[in-house]
Amino acid sequence: QTWDKVVSNLTTHYQKSTPQRTKLLDAFMAFLVVVGVLQFVYCVLAGNYPFNAFLSGFSATVGQFVLTASLRIQTTEANKKDFPAVSPERAFADYVVCSLILHFFCVNFIN
Amino acid sequence: MSAETLEILADVGKGKSTRSVLRVIILALIAGASIASRLFSVIRFESIIHEFDPWFNFRATKYLVANGFYNFWDWFDDRTWHPLGRVTGGTLYPGLMVTSGAIWHALRAFTIPVDIRNVCVLLAPAFSGLTAIAAYLLTNEMTTYNSAGLLAALFMGIAPGYISRSVAGSYDNEAIAIFLLVFTFYLWIKALKQGSMLWGAFCALFYGYMVASWGGYAFITCLLPLHAFVLILMGRYSTRLYVSYTTWYALGTLASMQIPFVGFLPVKTSEHMPALGIFGFLQLLAFLDYVRSAIPSRQFQTFLWIFAGGIFVLSLAALVIATSAGIIAPWSGRFYSLWDTGYAKIHIPIIASVSEHQPTAWPAFFFDLNLLIFVFPVGVYLCFQELADEHVFIIVYAVFGSYFAGVMVRLMLTLTPVVCVAGAIAISTILNNYLVAKTPTEEDQQAAEAAEKKGSKSGLKSTNKPVVGIYGLWSKILMVGAMAIYLLIFVMHCTWVTSNAYSSPSVVLASRMPDGSQHIIDDYREAYQWLRQNTKEDAKIMSWWDYGYQIGGMADRPTLVDNNTWNNTHIATVGKAMSSREEVSYPIMRQHEVDYVLVVFGGLLGYSGDDINKFLWMVRIAEGIWPDEVSERAFFTPRGEYRVDGEATETMKNSLMYKMSYYNFNNLFPPGQAVDRMRQARLPEVGPSLSTLEEAFTSENWIIRIYKVKDLDNVGRDHISATAFEKGLKKKKATKKRGSRVLRVD
Repeated sequence: QTWDKVVSNLTTHYQKSTPQRTKLLDAFMAFLVVVGVLQFVYCVLAGNYPFNAFLSGFSATVGQFVLTASLRIQTTEANKKDFPAVSPERAFADYVVCSLILHFFCVNFIN
Repeated sequence: MSAETLEILADVGKGKSTRSVLRVIILALIAGASIASRLFSVIRFESIIHEFDPWFNFRATKYLVANGFYNFWDWFDDRTWHPLGRVTGGTLYPGLMVTSGAIWHALRAFTIPVDIRNVCVLLAPAFSGLTAIAAYLLTNEMTTYNSAGLLAALFMGIAPGYISRSVAGSYDNEAIAIFLLVFTFYLWIKALKQGSMLWGAFCALFYGYMVASWGGYAFITCLLPLHAFVLILMGRYSTRLYVSYTTWYALGTLASMQIPFVGFLPVKTSEHMPALGIFGFLQLLAFLDYVRSAIPSRQFQTFLWIFAGGIFVLSLAALVIATSAGIIAPWSGRFYSLWDTGYAKIHIPIIASVSEHQPTAWPAFFFDLNLLIFVFPVGVYLCFQELADEHVFIIVYAVFGSYFAGVMVRLMLTLTPVVCVAGAIAISTILNNYLVAKTPTEEDQQAAEAAEKKGSKSGLKSTNKPVVGIYGLWSKILMVGAMAIYLLIFVMHCTWVTSNAYSSPSVVLASRMPDGSQHIIDDYREAYQWLRQNTKEDAKIMSWWDYGYQIGGMADRPTLVDNNTWNNTHIATVGKAMSSREEVSYPIMRQHEVDYVLVVFGGLLGYSGDDINKFLWMVRIAEGIWPDEVSERAFFTPRGEYRVDGEATETMKNSLMYKMSYYNFNNLFPPGQAVDRMRQARLPEVGPSLSTLEEAFTSENWIIRIYKVKDLDNVGRDHISATAFEKGLKKKKATKKRGSRVLRVD
């Protein structure tokens, strides 16, 4: 009863108050979660023989997820007072740089 | 001489550009001082590598410079740990070698062709200058007082606790690691304060560099999550914490896994689990934080926090189960011995045998940090008063750093940065309060009292107290003068300690002649040079593991064991060969193709670090593997004394180490008066005799003795009867006797 209410509250709140761009980010994050879960399930089913390959693939999704989440946090209007030094453009540039570093490490680690 | 003249004097430094010029000059001078104070040993002796470990780093750097990076990365070293060899590329932290290799190449590109040895010798002083600047940056993040950063830079530059590991010639991992440690912490504070991904990424990159250079990176991986965890418990979770921590962890963990020696450890061992756990917990908190902002019900929020706490406890339990099930490796012995301080002595004698792994005595703290050890708690207390996110970091670091430094002498090194930062905060607070030329007037005081009455209801107790000035000029002068004197004494103490305690190369031993002139005892290099010039290129040298790196570096000969104690059994084999009778040792040496045996003997000179003094550790390590063949008890007299003179036990007298050390020692003295100066023991009339070894070289002061392992006897006798035959001991009558012989087996 209450759970339904909470969840429906949450979804309506989300639908109403989230800007389009943030929803796009959320879709990307959801996609990353799906990819990560798929990799993990495959790892559990088929064994982790090239462990570095699994790790780099999995940590690429995890890393990208948290970076996107950080971008989402920094670009959300409500958090503006937390980040006086970070404008949305700066946040995006940071995001690009961090993602490049992440992917460099992942490609290097996957061999 | 009044307050006004003082004010005019103070106004000189008020302009913004003057200040920045002054700051740059001061920082440059501090960097210069920290470099200069590390050069005692180079100026007094010569520009050589000290100690034991640096010799391997130096050798690896030479290999890197000579063969290029890719060959260095897959370097299989067949000249150590004979017959096993060492996969060097995968078992070292390459940061130090790559750094000095890069500096060497850069200098060559600028057409300054410097010998790689000089780059290696002077790397630590150069990086100590950078450490001072990093400490300046870190401290500036902590307070608004400008002077604190400069004071911290000064302290960091010349504090003996750090100099002890970074004098010129000490080419060890710590040389660059402390700079990276302080700089990583600075970047972390910066990232946390701004909540910026970019600073988090920089922090991760420098963390990766730190992982590449020193095994002490585990300190960072445990300290940052601990800081985050304390912040969460204090209810200071913020989106900035999420951004900075997750960026650091995601990138930093991947960066650390690029180092072959670290490999999969960040996901498999217990040392790295706090970081992973806090990473997961932060995801949950971020989600709950979002939900909380979306749903304004008060009751529900309490539920959410209980839920978060429950998940935390559950995942902790899961971690414990995974550790006990063996999915996650438990704490390694080296780390575990930091918690259970008696562990190493009982289970891993090789860890306990290193003198740096002993608990720290009180005087060592004063010796290494002088004045700072007194103002350190004051600085921590001041951090408690302000208590922003970054002050929590200093507090957490101070608590953990102090604990570790108390458990192990060596970890004084990781304590030093926080002591410098906290000490600088304390001293600059004092100076800032007493160095105000302006005297508060009556109105000021009344206004302050009014403010006190008004604002006494809200906030912490400490924030209520209004700041009033100090009135009397004399109290100001007295206090500032006292601080200045203390600081001067600090500088003098640091210089004295550096000059007298930490600037002696262990390769050459210096002593004073009666007339005050210096006498240098250079037996080590004499002996290593002999090995280098007078033995086959691939002659295997057996010695105790302490000298493995130096033999590899200076004598350039293959060794059996060295300072990288990765194979305990192999070390125990050498220990067994050293502590057994010749009949037992000889087959062991034959099996390992040993050509020469090297022992260090300080009996003639009174040199304390010789092999007889280390002998009991050899016995203990060997006993750990072969308890029924080597027994420590047998080396003690029935009264429990460890003696080398006439009353030594038979086992002691027959051990290979004893025989090698005291072989022919009698002949130096008039009959019956051979005295071991180190142990103040009168040796027995008849010295030991060796039958399977022959003396090949003994250095000038008898510090290093090298023996050649004899080949098998030509006619197939064992060596003892062959020696006996040569000495003519065989009596004629005995030939008539028929011994009880067994039948020949074909």
